[in-house]
Amino acid sequence: MKIKVIVTLKNGVLDPQGKAIQQTLNGMTFDNVSEVRQGKYFDIEVNESDENKAKSQVEEMCKKLLANLVIEDYKIL
Amino acid sequence: MKSSVIIFPGSNCDRDMDVALKKFGFENEMVWHNDAEIPKSDLIVLPGGFSYGDYLRCGSIAGKSKIIKSVIDFANSGGLVLGICNGFQILTETGLLPGILQQNKYLNFICKNVFVKIKNKDNKYFKKIKKEILELHIAHNEGNYFCSKDELKSIEDNGQIAVTYCDHKGNDDEKNNPNGALKNIAGIFNKDKNILGMMPHPERMIDPFLSGEDGSLFFENLIESL
Repeated sequence: MKIKVIVTLKNGVLDPQGKAIQQTLNGMTFDNVSEVRQGKYFDIEVNESDENKAKSQVEEMCKKLLANLVIEDYKIL
Repeated sequence: MKSSVIIFPGSNCDRDMDVALKKFGFENEMVWHNDAEIPKSDLIVLPGGFSYGDYLRCGSIAGKSKIIKSVIDFANSGGLVLGICNGFQILTETGLLPGILQQNKYLNFICKNVFVKIKNKDNKYFKKIKKEILELHIAHNEGNYFCSKDELKSIEDNGQIAVTYCDHKGNDDEKNNPNGALKNIAGIFNKDKNILGMMPHPERMIDPFLSGEDGSLFFENLIESL
C-alpha cells in the first residue's frame, strides 16, 4: 500500500528557499505571488494491507525521521 | 586521555580532528559508523562533513546510525561528546542538543574565519582558556541555529549558549551574524555541559604557519580539563 506524506515548515519558520522562489516568480511577471513555502513529498510503499495500520506506522516514521518537529509539520494524505 | 572520532560515510573533517587530538596529547581512535561499540574513551567527537550526503536533513540519517546508540548512552552517562559542524547537526537530530541548524539565511555556503565569543567558561570545554574571543573557521551551508521561544529561554536561563558569532572586539550583534542564527549562536551545550555542539572548526586552527592557533587553545584546555 502506498502512503503519501507531505512535510512542510511550520508557520513562522524562515524559509529562505521559498522566499527566493517567490522573488524569482515575481521577476518572471508572476507578480501576484505573495508567498512560497517549500516542502518535501514522500511516497512510501508499505507491505501492509490494513490502511489504518499502515498509516499509523507512517505516522511513527514521520515523528522519528521524516520530519523534525522543531521546525516541520507533517501531513499523511 | 583517550578519544574516539566517529566516521560516517561523507565525514571529511575526521582526519583533521585526529591530527589535532593527537597533537595535544590524546590517544585517538577512529570508529566506523557501522560498529556497535565505542572503545573506552574520555571524549567522543562527531566530526564535520556531509554525513550520508546530507540526505533528508543534515545529520538526520547519521542520527539513526548503528553507532549512535552508544554515543547517546555515553553522553547520558556524563561522557564528553563534542560535535563540530555536521557533528553539531547530528547532535541536534539525535535530540542530545535542543534546536536545529537550518539553511543559512542568505542561501550561501559560508567558508571564512570568524570571531566567536565564549559565553560560558564553567565547563570542561572552555574552563582554562584565558581569551574571551577566539578566531576560528566556519564552512557550512546549514548553520542557522533555530529553536522555539520557550527552548531559547530555557537554554539562556541554563547558561547553555557556549559561543556566539562576534567581531574582534566581541560585539555579538546582528551585524556580525554570518548565517542568521538566533542570538548569533555558534555553539550550545546540553544542560549538564558535557555535550558541546558548535559550527566553528577548532581543528582547523592549530598551526601558526597555516592558519592561526586559537584552535590550539581549545584543545590544550580540553586535555588539561579532562
